[in-house]
Amino acid sequence: MTKIGLEIHCQLTKLESKLFCSCKANYREFKPNHNICPVCMGLPGSLPRLNQKAVESATSIALALNCTTPEKIAFFRKNYFYPDLPKNFQITQLNVYGDMSVGGEGYVDVEGKKIKITRIQLEEDPGRLIYEGTSERTKTTLVDYNRAGTPLVEIVTDPDFENPRQVRVFLNILSDLLENLGVAEPGLEGAMRADGNVSIEDGNKVEIKNIGSFHDLEKALHFELTRQQSLSERDIEIVMETRHWDDRRKITISSRSKEEDQDYRYFLENDIPWVKINQETRDNLKKNMPESIGSKRERYVEKYDIAPQVADILSSDKYYSELFESAHDESNAKDVANLITTDLLSFIDTKEKKQTSKVTSQHLSDLVNAVNSKILTRNSSKIALQEIVKSGKSVNDLLEEMDIGQVSNSSEIENIISKIFEEEKQAVIDAKERPETVNFLVGKVMQKTKGKADPVKTLELIKSKLEQ
Amino acid sequence: MNLNTSILQYIEDVKSGSFTVEEFVTETLQRIKDVDEKVHAYISLNDSAINDSKLIDKKITSGENVGKCYGFPISIKDNICITGTKTTCASKILENFVAPYTATVVNRLNDEDVVITGKTNLDEFAMGLTTEFSAYGPTKNPWNLNYVPGGSSGGSAASVAANECLASLGSDTGGSVRNPASFCSVVGLKPTYGLISRYGLISYANSIEQIGPMTKTVKDSAFLLNVISGQDVNDDTTINNNNPDYLQNIENGIEGKKIGIIKEMTTSDGLSSEVSNATKEVIHDFESLGASCDEVSLPTIPYTVAAYYTITSTEAGSNLARYDNIRYGYEMESEGYEYNSYISKSRTKFGPEVTRRIILGGFVPSAGHAGKYFLKALKVKSKLISEINSSFEKFDYLIAPTAPVQPFQFGEKIDDPVTLMLLDYNTVTANLTGKPAISIPYRVSNGLPIGMQIMANTLEEKSLFQAAYALETKTKLPEVPL
Repeated sequence: MTKIGLEIHCQLTKLESKLFCSCKANYREFKPNHNICPVCMGLPGSLPRLNQKAVESATSIALALNCTTPEKIAFFRKNYFYPDLPKNFQITQLNVYGDMSVGGEGYVDVEGKKIKITRIQLEEDPGRLIYEGTSERTKTTLVDYNRAGTPLVEIVTDPDFENPRQVRVFLNILSDLLENLGVAEPGLEGAMRADGNVSIEDGNKVEIKNIGSFHDLEKALHFELTRQQSLSERDIEIVMETRHWDDRRKITISSRSKEEDQDYRYFLENDIPWVKINQETRDNLKKNMPESIGSKRERYVEKYDIAPQVADILSSDKYYSELFESAHDESNAKDVANLITTDLLSFIDTKEKKQTSKVTSQHLSDLVNAVNSKILTRNSSKIALQEIVKSGKSVNDLLEEMDIGQVSNSSEIENIISKIFEEEKQAVIDAKERPETVNFLVGKVMQKTKGKADPVKTLELIKSKLEQ
Repeated sequence: MNLNTSILQYIEDVKSGSFTVEEFVTETLQRIKDVDEKVHAYISLNDSAINDSKLIDKKITSGENVGKCYGFPISIKDNICITGTKTTCASKILENFVAPYTATVVNRLNDEDVVITGKTNLDEFAMGLTTEFSAYGPTKNPWNLNYVPGGSSGGSAASVAANECLASLGSDTGGSVRNPASFCSVVGLKPTYGLISRYGLISYANSIEQIGPMTKTVKDSAFLLNVISGQDVNDDTTINNNNPDYLQNIENGIEGKKIGIIKEMTTSDGLSSEVSNATKEVIHDFESLGASCDEVSLPTIPYTVAAYYTITSTEAGSNLARYDNIRYGYEMESEGYEYNSYISKSRTKFGPEVTRRIILGGFVPSAGHAGKYFLKALKVKSKLISEINSSFEKFDYLIAPTAPVQPFQFGEKIDDPVTLMLLDYNTVTANLTGKPAISIPYRVSNGLPIGMQIMANTLEEKSLFQAAYALETKTKLPEVPL
């Protein structure tokens, strides 16, 4: 049987500062080595100061993933030499002497299957190595310590996945959950990374590291499964090892390093006293947690009668659900939901577009109300929305500027219908004989009015003219 | 002008106009010039000491607010960072390290207007008991230049004993303040763990070490503790002591107090007859002060030195891993080296004792050996803590000689690391348990000092000073012959 387990690292980018100093957690906007201080550089004599907010964020994640959360937590030193590690040890957590990390066992529901979480720990991200060319052939390695000390949560799962597709579904659920919690931005480059471990038929476990994206992870897992299966078919033993994903060649390569044998000499980080997280704190974190994706989805369906697949899209995306929540009122919720999932989604489909979009919840409610009160047609509202995303102009201004107001004046529409009847004589005859073809004539009217004619009224008027 | 004066006397004299800060500091610098070639207490001197003293004089004459230290000259162990000055840890690997920030203790001293004379010598990275392991040569004992001053804060102790300053800050991981205080006949305090911020102290074994004042008198020690102790946002391990005045009621005496004489520390094989005799006398002195003395046994003590070296080496191995000579350090051509071989080569600059402990620190906590060594050492530590806590239910103080022997000659023990380690026998207990302990000058026998150690319960520094002060009034010691 195939068994896949994951180790996911997620930066707590929503925090103001790093895990042990006041440098920014958002290191991305700085020039190399401009977001550093004696503490995150590990200078002699500096001491870590624990960011209590990071403990709270990590505990929230543990609670959201149904993990046990201990009364008090401790930090450990993981000792190894690496150029991206200023102290040559990483401050992390460990559970060998009982539960001491922010989260113990938990689970996530993935398509009806419970994927078990082994543990969650809070730790510091190392710096970043920048190679000239590939890491194997580089002559110069540059180190940027801006990232060193960024709060990082490690989420470890049991080997509960049966195939790479399940892994992808899980990661989507997890990244939506983390974003919804308001603690992370999984969409940021490098903010969420995952390593996998794979075994087949109770064979040896192989770890795969160095995977750049979730997309590559799925590919790497596929490759590794195929590799192991073909070895197994030829009765060749699968070696327990760590393999690196080669992004260029799209294969996994034995790392041949002694990583597996490395002895990290873990011991307590005594510069950080044990942190007590009492029941009250945990209760408060739970109470103040944003509504879960599942609960939002249920509410959208039950309270507003929104279609389940529409509710799915809305609830799992923090950006859209927040727009929805502030745009709708009791009466127009369904229309706002549809406007977002049918029209807005096609204009704003990337993270960058979310950031640059000028659309506000006010725009959305104005548009829906304009359509409902027949000032705008659905069609015109889509055109207006596209313009709003770009310019942020108000719906009223656009109505004037763009000449998109709905035409519902009967005599105006009647004039147009008369013209169409002259131009499309055959179609008029057809429509008289076979009433179902009347839509062709309605379409012609819409074409002529650039979609501004009130479609219901147009149909009414055409029908009465056909009967004349 | 008498340089052999206490801080408190100095402050009175400056206030009354007997001399200016500049005059006293100038005289002190002259003294350093005269004797430090022989003593070698200092690694580097503060070029702006005279300037600093002038600024404080100006504050005094213009009636501005003056900090309560009134510019008394103090030296700082060279493992404590001061912005813009070299902090070498007496190591070649940090010979060019200029700290970009100042330790909290130094900031607190500066806020109260001290004049820093310079940075004092130590065993490399504070590992040693003689200062013979300094990469810049040993410090000599001002009482007899052929003898070691103790360590690792040997430079600090010698600078105070030789009147090259009025006080010094040392650091104490296993006795590094108290041992040289005992060898040089000065007062040395190792406070409760967490009482003084370690921010800016270069870590050796961070779970048990503390900065401590080294002074000529017990009152000066209390005065300095007032200035430098208390919670610090830059050190999560500091504890709130509610900032008491340690000088208040210091003369209250110890009438009716109960004193435990630690059996394992006063009957061990390594104890010299001079030290043994002094111990008998100190019991008599305490009884004459109205305290009652009884023997107390802490059966775990014979295992403490082994546990201490296991724990400190483990932490040292980790704390000193950052010295890979990449971000700072000394000039070394990297061409031709792969990353790991460069690090190995650059780290050969560590001296023998540091190297020994790094190697030990790589072994005792490693997979397969941790159970036999490191975890066992932690068990010794927690057993010792419960033993000492129950002792403090019966006793107010626990006493023993600070060191089992008097100072010895250079080269006598440096080649015998295990014998050197046993010098810590009486001091490591306070570090492993986090309890405060003070060494006070008690005897000078055959021209060499003997110090007595008093331990008290957690955060009982005030009571500790009362006992130390009471004993101090019982002693009459000669002046240093230098």
